[in-house]
Amino acid sequence: MPITHEHIKEKLSTHLGEHLVAWEESYGMACATVKAEHNLKTLTFLHDEPSLGFRFLTDLTAVHYPDRKGEELAVVYHLHNLVENTRLRIKIYVPIETPNVYTATGLFSGANWMERETYDFFGVNFVGHPNLIRVLNVDEMDYFPLRKEYPLEDQTRIDKDDEMFGR
Amino acid sequence: MTAEQLNINLPEGSIEKKTTRLNLGPTHPATHGVFQNILEMDGERIVHAESTVGYIHRAFEKLAERRPLYQITTLTDRLNYCSSPLNNMGWHLTCETLLGISTPKRVDYLRVIIMELARITDHLICNSIVGVDTGAYTGFLYVMQYRELAYEIYEEVCGSRLTTNMGRIGGFERDFSDTAFKKIEKFLEEFPKVWKEFENLFTRNRIFIERTVGTGAISAERALNYSFTGPNLRAAGVDYDVRVHSPYSSYEDFEFQIPVGKTGDNYDRFMVRNEEIWQSLSIIRQAYQKIQNMKGAEATVYHADAPEYYLPAKKDVYTKMEALIYHFKIVMGETEIPTGEVYSCVEGGNGELGFYLISDGGRSPFRLHFRRPCFIYYQAYAEIVQGAMLTDAIVTMSSLNLIAGEMDA
Repeated sequence: MPITHEHIKEKLSTHLGEHLVAWEESYGMACATVKAEHNLKTLTFLHDEPSLGFRFLTDLTAVHYPDRKGEELAVVYHLHNLVENTRLRIKIYVPIETPNVYTATGLFSGANWMERETYDFFGVNFVGHPNLIRVLNVDEMDYFPLRKEYPLEDQTRIDKDDEMFGR
Repeated sequence: MTAEQLNINLPEGSIEKKTTRLNLGPTHPATHGVFQNILEMDGERIVHAESTVGYIHRAFEKLAERRPLYQITTLTDRLNYCSSPLNNMGWHLTCETLLGISTPKRVDYLRVIIMELARITDHLICNSIVGVDTGAYTGFLYVMQYRELAYEIYEEVCGSRLTTNMGRIGGFERDFSDTAFKKIEKFLEEFPKVWKEFENLFTRNRIFIERTVGTGAISAERALNYSFTGPNLRAAGVDYDVRVHSPYSSYEDFEFQIPVGKTGDNYDRFMVRNEEIWQSLSIIRQAYQKIQNMKGAEATVYHADAPEYYLPAKKDVYTKMEALIYHFKIVMGETEIPTGEVYSCVEGGNGELGFYLISDGGRSPFRLHFRRPCFIYYQAYAEIVQGAMLTDAIVTMSSLNLIAGEMDA
């Protein structure tokens, strides 16, 4: 029996109180936004609480929202309770100047490379990560390529004009 | 001895250093792909391993932010290139979830046929490569000839073989031809016999058993903690399969079993993939039967009614104003995608292949993240091979089915 979204919401809001910032549901998946400094507390609670049991980390990534001033980077966790077959999305927002987030590697070994990838592309600093170095890009790279301010193509090129169909 | 006692961190040539550093890869013939392992060897035994990936990183996630949805299909081809159609279908299903398009049953069944064919070709490569690495080349060359039968079906359906770009959002670009169905029949008739022979060659083979049983094992608990999915997780004894847990493309209409292993070693991974091929064959047969049983208008439909995303027929483009407009809008990528955030996944060749798609109402995704099962479980490799022999590490690498394209995105 899948765990109802109401149950998750109730448990989370009792445990986190005001630190549960937002709750939404889209395309059948519930998404909880929590305060950035409570990410590990939330993940641990979801992992250990018997009636929730989100013990499988499906995915971990980040999103850059340049328009959200003061909380430009979102770190997104996708959790899964394999027994009850329920999925849950957890989001936290951090400012781009100080993107410090507690690491989830203590809870999930699989978070190791996922966090390295997130650091590699977005520059999220996972505090406490055992080996936070780039994983896919070259070590010498001095920027975080998936941030929105880095354009896809080399801007020094003058032979291409995309004005007509500008995407 | 522990890593500290062996002084593995000392520079090469130090008298106190008791281990030898060995670079396995990035272009070693036994790694089957471009990735590197820096191994610290104590004789033939691995004391410490460090995996390096990213040699063929192609910035798919960044590229996707500048492409209309239909152009991203070609990026998904290049993830796990042993089962490209599966990735294509996974992507189309993600788009359909976001756009709210529901597909007719026939489209679902045709997709199921293609997806299961792709799973077979994927597992076939993996298992025959395990054979190669344990010293049996013949099986690999023999079954390759019969993979050709599957590739001919792809070719008949979409005109392409390896990077297929198969299907469209809403269905297929054209209906399966009679030749395609004939080729499916031929595959269903000829392939099982060959696979049975291949199976006989390995499953009770003394040399193969000695090489694979008890090597490269991972417990269910560790596998779950490492976010393993797919055959590698099932070999450890956890019956998680996306096709059953959250059915997509009408998988709920089919009867099939999820094979599970017990020890999570190389032998169990081989056996789980082996059995999955038989299950896939049974699913293809069921789907083919269901399609043959369809009557009337239902029996010819091959795409959903989604004019904003599905290219109109060429003759309509020449004769109808609306079709011409849609044609232009789709080809130029001028269609606005509705705002939304969706995570959708399919059971890929290697496990849960997920697409996390965020749209802000623009013409291309605001953000697209691929959950690549291969990237996620490869990090466990260092832990699995620690203390193992070098030869076992090679077999472990192939039985995990590491595809560099999927790992590096």
